Amino acid sequence: MNHASLEIAAEDELRRQQDLRLRIFLCYSTPCVAAGADRVRKVLDELITEHTLAAELEIVATGCMGPCSRGPLLRLRHANGSESLYEQVEPEQARALLLEALDEPSSEGGTAQALALDMPFFARQTRIVLSNNSEIDPENLDHALARGSYGALSKVLQDMTPADVCAEITRSGLRGRGGGGYPAGVKWELVRKSPAERKYVVANGDEGDPGAYMDRTIMESDPHRLLESMAIAGYAVGAEQGYLYVRGEYPLAAARLVKAIKAAERRGLLGSRVLGSNFNFRVDLRVGAGAFVCGEETALMVSIMGRRGQPVPRPPYPAQSGLWGMPTLINNVETFANVAPIIAKGADWFASFGTEKSKGTKVFALCGEVVNSGLIEVPMGISLRDIVFDVGGGLPEEGRFKAAQTGGPSGGCIPADHLDTPVDYESLQQLGSIMGSGGLIVMNDRSCMPDVAKFFVEFCRDESCGKCVPCRVGTLEMYQIMERITKGSANMHDLELLEDLCDLVQETSLCGLGMTAPNPVHNTLQYFRDEYLAHIRDKHCPAGVCQLDHVPVLDMPEHASHLIIDREEL
Amino acid sequence: MPVITLTIDEALVSARVGQTVLEACRDEGISIPTLCHLDGISARGGCRLCLVEVAGSNRLLPACTTLAAEGMQVSTRSDRIDRYRRMILELSFAERNHQCAVCVSNQNCELQALAAELGMEQVRYDYLDPDLSMDLSHERFGIDHNRCVLCLRCVRVCDEVEGAHTWDVKARGIESQVITDLNQPWGESLSCTSCGKCVDACPTGALFTRGATVAEMHKDAGFLRRILDGREKRQWRR
Repeated sequence: MNHASLEIAAEDELRRQQDLRLRIFLCYSTPCVAAGADRVRKVLDELITEHTLAAELEIVATGCMGPCSRGPLLRLRHANGSESLYEQVEPEQARALLLEALDEPSSEGGTAQALALDMPFFARQTRIVLSNNSEIDPENLDHALARGSYGALSKVLQDMTPADVCAEITRSGLRGRGGGGYPAGVKWELVRKSPAERKYVVANGDEGDPGAYMDRTIMESDPHRLLESMAIAGYAVGAEQGYLYVRGEYPLAAARLVKAIKAAERRGLLGSRVLGSNFNFRVDLRVGAGAFVCGEETALMVSIMGRRGQPVPRPPYPAQSGLWGMPTLINNVETFANVAPIIAKGADWFASFGTEKSKGTKVFALCGEVVNSGLIEVPMGISLRDIVFDVGGGLPEEGRFKAAQTGGPSGGCIPADHLDTPVDYESLQQLGSIMGSGGLIVMNDRSCMPDVAKFFVEFCRDESCGKCVPCRVGTLEMYQIMERITKGSANMHDLELLEDLCDLVQETSLCGLGMTAPNPVHNTLQYFRDEYLAHIRDKHCPAGVCQLDHVPVLDMPEHASHLIIDREEL
Repeated sequence: MPVITLTIDEALVSARVGQTVLEACRDEGISIPTLCHLDGISARGGCRLCLVEVAGSNRLLPACTTLAAEGMQVSTRSDRIDRYRRMILELSFAERNHQCAVCVSNQNCELQALAAELGMEQVRYDYLDPDLSMDLSHERFGIDHNRCVLCLRCVRVCDEVEGAHTWDVKARGIESQVITDLNQPWGESLSCTSCGKCVDACPTGALFTRGATVAEMHKDAGFLRRILDGREKRQWRR
């Protein structure tokens, strides 16, 4: 495929779609499949075969549509452009919907609940990264082409020098979406300028924060966006090899990416002489084996090289010495997903979204005590209040908002007083939390903050790789103290010890996992210290979550239990 | 050889290009505590005892992996660093069972010496008291996992100097443990050459010569340098 035939293929596909009488979009992402989307699809497929309608309509099994708690989601689009969306669709309801759309109303099956397409959940979002999600079948390259995929790559190869591409990314103000917020353009420029015989591009898809699934959705819903952006990055920095690192818990993402790579290679969009140019770019998939720490960039690269996934001290940074000692550009999946639109529509267009220092949009996995949980994409700088109460539709059952947890185990809880904070890198950091990769958990007053902090400390304890002492032992000692606090056997000395330990682990750990592991504790101590004191002094859990013993208990390891003297025996 | 100048503890110091901060300090006679570092094998940066303050960096950097650079300003001591080093040692002591009084390496132990040197007088954290085993299946050596601090000197010296790669690590985090081959008894290891380098490299009483009893295990601190000098410079000496 060359530049001209790329455009022709896109036009052909668009024409085919326009000629269809009805297009049925069925959300086929993991949450909707779990809710029964595959059963809906089976019924619809049967109906189409039964009525021999295959020429007039098609079912598009799309990526994530957003309101994941309402799945399975079904959207109908008629030839005249009118659209309707339905939630929690049962197979029989889907059958009735289709018959009705074909002017053969059936009374059986009942009606599915319609969802207004202009409800705040959709209206308040700005979809750049997720723009193709609900429009294409991720396994169909033509669908992606019809939405303009590989157009940006074609533009780059025809009209731009590598320096131009880096400059454009710098000018857009795009920052790393994995949590760090490092300016992407600066990183690209560093790798471009590093002299080396080989260079690499790596996409970090090892998303591991509890409750976060932004990267998974991007990989599952629009794999070609990612591949195109990686190829653009390869051209910009001078790399011919890319690696996609996907965590082992995402088998669907990995399977779709493999298919997408093959499809793109077959059509000359990846591999040797991309789009007929002199640029070669190959992408290989590497699947992780279930270690959270492999999301840390140095550990990730060590894992790609086939060694034990443990971080190595930086500097040297990957941009100087990464995979096999060569300059390596490593960005998060969501960062890459912004690249193709930036090139296609221009840096100025992208920079028109967001705030002074945080440009563009951010995808959040909104979950917890919120009416519309799901995957959302909002412009940077939107207030937390707007996210929770407008997009999210507020808390269910008249629950009172207590805090929002951002940034997963490296982040913190933002209390109700700070609901009007704009969501951008700097503002969240000032509050002692982080943007992180985009998990956003809403909590009501039935959440106990020390208990929440304990959960994240436990997570870090389990995921510590064990390389450095402060993280390996420190997180465990932190957990033991948190356990005492939530059981009511802690004293004020324990609290002092905990705060001391938090400082140590934060300042002396080798990698980001350890350095940020104390954040949830630090941050909840900052805003909810009274809850800790209630547990310690009054042996009382204000939220009613923790089971507290009123008498301090001596925790003894099992093998030392013979040391306990039974009073009865004396 | 190109030379650079840097400031260490407010004194101007010269170092060779490519030297780490730790090497530059040791050349000047400035002592920095280390546990996982061993001259002659690759740096690891895991024990975090050699952390130093470097002007312009908001993080503490490990001296063993940080390259010395022109104009760098390093502080190897401060109240903060001293406190953190003591706390890290406390954690190391709390992690497993380091009862010196019954240890083969009592009085010949780097961990014990560091505690004395850094003034670590008590362990404020919970002793974790893990229930770990000993492996005495090897005819000459033994390993007591209770004394292991996971510095992985044994793993590195076996891989990098002896070339056998008998030692490795299993599990992660607090569950980490050094293993021989694919977690087989040491005595059944097919790759082990019984050279004993791991035993001499071990800073504590975890690896020892069989038959040694309390305080009898003396390790040869200079063995690795002698081997490497012999190999690389043909300077064989005893």
